[in-house]
Amino acid sequence: MVGAVHPPPTARPLREINGPAPGGPNDATLHPMASPALLHATDLACSRGERLLFEGLDLALQAGEWLHVKGANGSGKTTLLRTLVGLSPADKGRIEWCGHDIRDNPESYRRDFAYLGHPAALKDDLTAVENLRVALEIDEVAVDEIALDAALQRMNLDDRRDLRARQLSAGQRRRLLLARLLVRPARLWVLDEPFAPLDAASVETLGGLLQAHLDRGGIGVITSHQSVPLPPSREIAL
Amino acid sequence: MSAIAEGAALTTAVPARAARTRGSVMVALRRDLLLAARHRSEVLTALSFFVVVTSLFPLGIGPEPELLRRIGPGALWVAALLATLLGLPRLFASDHADGTLEQMSLSPRSFALQIAGKMAAHWLVCGLPLVLMSPLLGLQFGLDGESLGVLFVSLLIGTPLLSLIGAIGAALTLGVRGGGALLALIVLPLYIPALVFGSGAVEAQAAGVGVRAHLSILGAMLVLALCFATWATTAALRIAME
Repeated sequence: MVGAVHPPPTARPLREINGPAPGGPNDATLHPMASPALLHATDLACSRGERLLFEGLDLALQAGEWLHVKGANGSGKTTLLRTLVGLSPADKGRIEWCGHDIRDNPESYRRDFAYLGHPAALKDDLTAVENLRVALEIDEVAVDEIALDAALQRMNLDDRRDLRARQLSAGQRRRLLLARLLVRPARLWVLDEPFAPLDAASVETLGGLLQAHLDRGGIGVITSHQSVPLPPSREIAL
Repeated sequence: MSAIAEGAALTTAVPARAARTRGSVMVALRRDLLLAARHRSEVLTALSFFVVVTSLFPLGIGPEPELLRRIGPGALWVAALLATLLGLPRLFASDHADGTLEQMSLSPRSFALQIAGKMAAHWLVCGLPLVLMSPLLGLQFGLDGESLGVLFVSLLIGTPLLSLIGAIGAALTLGVRGGGALLALIVLPLYIPALVFGSGAVEAQAAGVGVRAHLSILGAMLVLALCFATWATTAALRIAME
């Protein structure tokens, strides 16, 4: 499902590494024909400035699958993620969510995904819990204080609850960002390098969260340079 | 804890959410006011600039009441305009740098309404203190009571107009190298009508020709800016984020 259709000489070749990973959590239960893809991109092309990053990219993800986007720095991983959530327009191609073009009803699409980009979207002058609260208000999700505290506890930040974000370390900031995934309902997780500054224990925690998300029929599109604690359903190399 | 161990539910009912969440304008407004409260020095910069600059005129020109009364409205208005300009580069810069602006644009909420909330917060923090302070500063120029009243009203209508126009410039120069100088070059010419009718109102009062026309035109410009500035700013921000 993933790969290039005759990449022209101007484009970087796309290499299909594998389909459903052997031994992956979902390869036995899901069949491409069995259920329609929830996230479906066809013939996607993106460029940055004058430079063509990729073209002829097809991908299809069903409930319970996650896509590992690989590639060198500057190969267009972040651009692909931004295109999938509708932040940057694609040069060419079509992205469908639940069978509808994502441009048709952006509001309902936006309720369905959580995008955690490279900048942390944290305010240095707000405390950890305030940052979480503000992020939920932006996402139009009702704020449940008990759930906020539980999310901070799960990400091992409960003793940092009332510290300003500027006093948190890089890993703690990333964990605070990831705490949003616990309190913000979303079927599709689009995460840009979520593992980067995390320690081993936190990588395990995030792996567990991702597994639980997939088990409930969620979908993930994730870039990562590191090895990820659970095997990807699909991989793509840009 | 048991609920959270599983992570958040995949979906929530939309009607329930609508009932329990605040309006988009209020969310952005409250957030920016909270941030301003944590960063009081930035708030005070614009106000101190306004106070210092307007105080320099009487010192520089000397005790000539007639001359001071003549230049007073113009000097106060120019100082208010420059003080507003001072806070503009920060209006979107930090939200753009830390990714908050992206999250706002990806929210199911209206991006334009959230930006309107940010503009309202900018005026409350940078514009309103100037308005409240202006009668006191007007005394330095020997303006009489009625002129001070007109000055107050003209700035009350004029400073939101300055914030709205300025936001368009701030959005257009977002992420541009040397954006601050460019911002001044874009915004200052657009401020000319506001300046002409704002300071003109105070002068008209002093000349005894009635201030209604000036204030009406200023009000009309504010209404026009309220209609278009949010839309233009939002469009510029979307381009800056691509």
